[in-house]
Amino acid sequence: MSFSTLFEQHNWDQVKQSIYAKTGADVERALAKPERDLEDFKALISPAAMPYLEQMAVLSQQLTQKRFGKTLQLYIPLYLSNECQNICTYCGFSLDNPIPRTTLTDEQLLKEVEVIKSYGYNHVLLVTGEANKTVGVPYFKNALQLLRPHFSHISMEVQPLDQEEYEELIPLGLNTVLVYQETYHQEDYKKHHPKGKKSNFQYRLETPDRLGRAEIHKIGLGVLIGLEDWRTDSFFTALHLSYLERKYWKTKYSLSFPRLRPFSGGLPPKVEMNDRELVQLICAYRIFNEEVELSLSTRESHTFRNNAIKLGITSISAGSKTDPGGYASQEKALEQFEISDDRTPAEILSMIRSQGYEAVWKDWDAVLS
Amino acid sequence: MEPLKIADKTFTSRLFTGTGKFSSSLQMEEALLASGSELVTVALKRVDVHRQDDDILQHLSHPQFNLLPNTSGVRNTKEAVFAAQLAREALETNWLKLEIHPDPKYLLPDPIETLKAAEELVKLGFIVLPYIHADPVLCKRLEEVGTAAVMPLGSPIGSNSGLQTREFLKIIIQQSNVPVVVDAGIGAPSHAAEAMELGAAAVLVNTAIAVSPNPVLMARAFKMAVEAGRMAYEAKLAPTNTHAAVASSPLTAFLDEL
Repeated sequence: MSFSTLFEQHNWDQVKQSIYAKTGADVERALAKPERDLEDFKALISPAAMPYLEQMAVLSQQLTQKRFGKTLQLYIPLYLSNECQNICTYCGFSLDNPIPRTTLTDEQLLKEVEVIKSYGYNHVLLVTGEANKTVGVPYFKNALQLLRPHFSHISMEVQPLDQEEYEELIPLGLNTVLVYQETYHQEDYKKHHPKGKKSNFQYRLETPDRLGRAEIHKIGLGVLIGLEDWRTDSFFTALHLSYLERKYWKTKYSLSFPRLRPFSGGLPPKVEMNDRELVQLICAYRIFNEEVELSLSTRESHTFRNNAIKLGITSISAGSKTDPGGYASQEKALEQFEISDDRTPAEILSMIRSQGYEAVWKDWDAVLS
Repeated sequence: MEPLKIADKTFTSRLFTGTGKFSSSLQMEEALLASGSELVTVALKRVDVHRQDDDILQHLSHPQFNLLPNTSGVRNTKEAVFAAQLAREALETNWLKLEIHPDPKYLLPDPIETLKAAEELVKLGFIVLPYIHADPVLCKRLEEVGTAAVMPLGSPIGSNSGLQTREFLKIIIQQSNVPVVVDAGIGAPSHAAEAMELGAAAVLVNTAIAVSPNPVLMARAFKMAVEAGRMAYEAKLAPTNTHAAVASSPLTAFLDEL
């Protein structure tokens, strides 16, 4: 059995309806329980929970500190390529976006490494579009071999791969794979991904299963907030997480909640999520699952990030560039999305410290895989 | 108080401490100094062994702190042995807190892999302190392969739930020929005192100190609780009498009539 079987037992509209039907009493019950199930999670993300936001934040902070202490992990994305054969209506790398395309050579890659290392980073996230011929498994293998001596933890956010391909990459130092479903709304998914391998909803949906079977250390899940009703999409994310935790119990999990950001030529989000709602979602995830890692990128603003790190977030990026070669070169290739928080890693570090938190640059070791 | 001897080392303090979750390395240092702890565990994955100026290690460079590297993050024997060798080389100690928890959610130890790894590591000359379930048979098996102590958990790590495994800890303590260190789940000084009263050789505390709003004060509280519990154990607790005094003796009165 894979997640599809469980997924098919749920109907989007019914789930949505049941979330919006939750009441204050449901929220109070969820908050009072020692452990919460998926029905409680629905209550916590429902509009009925909004009056309880402060209470949720207090609980979320307590639970996060109990598990993670007063620490925040730092990571940085490293864009390897903006080549892409997919059309995604919301993404700057989309095939139909007429931009100069580039894929880093070994030399360019190592220049990026030099800059990133000078900031103090030890955990890196590799990002690409989907161009299987030029940026496929052989490219990734080479990149991992080049990067491994420099980093203690390597994550990837690239096209979904087959189980055997993951099994080839893991021994070369791949620790974590992030694969966002974008949306669990099947029809809308097709609208947003009309062309390319990514249009295969099912293959993407089953990627975490393939990763679990390949015994990857960590899997990152999430949806792109703005494509569909975020509450319903977040329920499916939580459902997916619960399923995976039970089945692939040796794997760690992290969640992200990227809100759609503008890019040149892109469409505005169909569904807006305001800042209060994003806080609600962060707290709801934490109260629902005490152990899951929650990650916040530079898509979010200074003020939001300064405050959100105390409410449940466990890892953040800083000083990110979303164009390949962007760290070492002044010349800009096209970026995937606009950064909102453009503070340097040093500035973020001092912000973290001033809030009474310790920045963790290293929480893994290359010997551990 | 009787000093504690484990392998080649003698400790005055029976409070072992962890180094994770503190809001800064400086705060960690201050709290650990206040705790009086002489054995401090450090996750290999958190330290950068290639750097001379690793932040955590710098703050632990006090003569009273003996480092106890731990293998947190490893999932099996092979990884544990590899990590142990790296730790021995990098931190220049053959002491090792053996932690194998393939389950990253509750961080529960794998008894099978832990036993296998312990056996191998003892042969390789390590002083092995294994983190394990409060399983009396497993503790005996570990003792047989030569671990220097056993470290059963009081409750799930980081849960602050106290000695939920009390009945098993009692059996382990009663049977053990090596020091029993209660590790994980100790959330309050009263839990630590209770473990010491039961006869634990030491306790290992991290979250309860690190996550307290005042880690230094909490560290002192734990120091006192561990000392109090140990003193009580050495002084021997008065028996708890659960039987109410009975005025008549209905079961034995017949003896008077014989």
